[in-house]
Amino acid sequence: MEAAHRSPVFRRWFNRRGWIKITIATPYVWLSLFFLLPFVIVIAMSFATRTPTAPPFSFGGDYPVMNTNHYARLFSDDLYIRAYLNSIGNATLATLMCLLIGYPMALGLTRVSRSWRNVLLMLVILPFWTSFLLRVYAWMGLMGTNSWFNKLLTGAYNWVMPADMALRYIPMMNTGFAVVLVTVYSYLPFMILPLYANLEKLDLSLNEAAMDLGSRPFQVFRDVTLPLSLPGIIAGSLLVFIPASGELIIPSLVGSSSQPMIGRVISDEFASARDWPMASAVAVALLLLLVGPLMAYTYFEGKSLEKKKAEGES
Amino acid sequence: MNRRPVFLITMLCFGFAFFYIPILSMMVYSFNGSRLATVWGGFSTKWYVSLLSNRQVLKAAVLSIEIAVLSATFATILGTMAGIAMARFKRFRGRTLFSGLVTAPLVMPEVITGIASLMLFILMAEYIGWPATRGFTTVTLAHITFSMVFVTTIVHSRLVQADEAIEEAAMDLGSRPWQVMKDITLPVISPAIMSGWLLAFTISLDDVVITNFTTGPGTTTLPILIWSKVKLGVTPDINALATITVVIVGIGVFIAGWLLNRAEKARERDIQLAYQANQ
Repeated sequence: MEAAHRSPVFRRWFNRRGWIKITIATPYVWLSLFFLLPFVIVIAMSFATRTPTAPPFSFGGDYPVMNTNHYARLFSDDLYIRAYLNSIGNATLATLMCLLIGYPMALGLTRVSRSWRNVLLMLVILPFWTSFLLRVYAWMGLMGTNSWFNKLLTGAYNWVMPADMALRYIPMMNTGFAVVLVTVYSYLPFMILPLYANLEKLDLSLNEAAMDLGSRPFQVFRDVTLPLSLPGIIAGSLLVFIPASGELIIPSLVGSSSQPMIGRVISDEFASARDWPMASAVAVALLLLLVGPLMAYTYFEGKSLEKKKAEGES
Repeated sequence: MNRRPVFLITMLCFGFAFFYIPILSMMVYSFNGSRLATVWGGFSTKWYVSLLSNRQVLKAAVLSIEIAVLSATFATILGTMAGIAMARFKRFRGRTLFSGLVTAPLVMPEVITGIASLMLFILMAEYIGWPATRGFTTVTLAHITFSMVFVTTIVHSRLVQADEAIEEAAMDLGSRPWQVMKDITLPVISPAIMSGWLLAFTISLDDVVITNFTTGPGTTTLPILIWSKVKLGVTPDINALATITVVIVGIGVFIAGWLLNRAEKARERDIQLAYQANQ
């Protein structure tokens, strides 16, 4: 080490410029090669033509520059439109449900004693560390027609409904309902944690001030807590909505094949139909329609926050 | 707020029941003697016996851990570098693209990352001949790529909180940049690096979708094995496997939480002592 120390080459490498260059360039090159380049390939692929060769695509032929047929098919073929609508619908519903369940839970976490809070937070995070696949699988067991859970629900249903509408079991597996339920279950921690982080920082004296001024508890929530927690609501909703809209595992395991979702369509086009250009076009459209706008929104939101902070400091 | 928030506590109870009833049900049914996974047929541990004597499962578990250790280690090195670059080097050419590259994989739907990586690997094999077949190498490369950005996020947020002035002071006192890195920056972010590694390890160990696209014949990780089984329906031995996973993870999380709690308490005591000494 001492010898290396004195060597001019070593010193030149580890002077400030060299150090900075290595630290930036290594991850930059890696991500460009293994993340950016694949996306350039996807975009290029969406303009290629499918051929029965291996790899199954080519450029040229009837479409010398680019083949835009795949994008045209996105709007003409019923399957893709239905898949997009289903995905957006299920993801929106799941996000709303996560918000409805997760918000009171996050707020509740800020109101319990400190030692309880640590235990409960750990219990929120624990399912997140266990396998995603196994959590989806746990619901497959619960929703099956013979399970105790299904029998319980069927019993409750038959008790409430008139006798002529009695059911032997409630069909839950392979429905849109199952997809939304399991999505809510799987992504709920992603809603609770950012909401909790946001709500925990809120100043409780504002609530007290509002109470002193005569607000009812619900009014305090509506006029003080809710508006101040908006950044947490947005962050949590994005963390649920984006992955839920492109979800593949959940619709494959508990969804119905008559209600296609976009993640499954991409996977099927790619793996079963071996139509790389079409799968790429569907993926690009998903990015442009959903992920792109949401990411741009968070980016600009972050920028304006930074700006506000900078203005506040100066 | 002196009143007991009854509604919030009720929602917490409901929420935790929602979280844990499916997992508990799965654990109970792992001791089910019946072959039918959802009908109770008496207590039995036979699924654990059959699981632990299943060489295919053990092989897949070992492979998954190998890939997870390797990819988490590389992801931690690359992700830490990226985190330092984002937090400390405010201006460099292509910084906007760089910040996009370290955040996009966090929110990218996995299916898209999966097919994109697969096409890259197939075209690489076609045109430069490496990696020649899909399997261990391609899965590890893909895992490094999508887990390194999680490390970056953790390291970045730690560095943003840390006081940059200490590094500047060391620099002013004549430390070389790499000495500053070794003596100040790395010790400051070492907890972040550790939790980053752990997160990268777990993400890799858990991944189905991206592995499913980038793997080849003969390279079956544990999640891929489970995936291929559960696609066919509920089977009792997967219940046993899930129970083992939940128990191991649960013990790990509680030990980690206990250690963190203890460290935090010790730190609070130190701060208090230092404060009293200054009085």
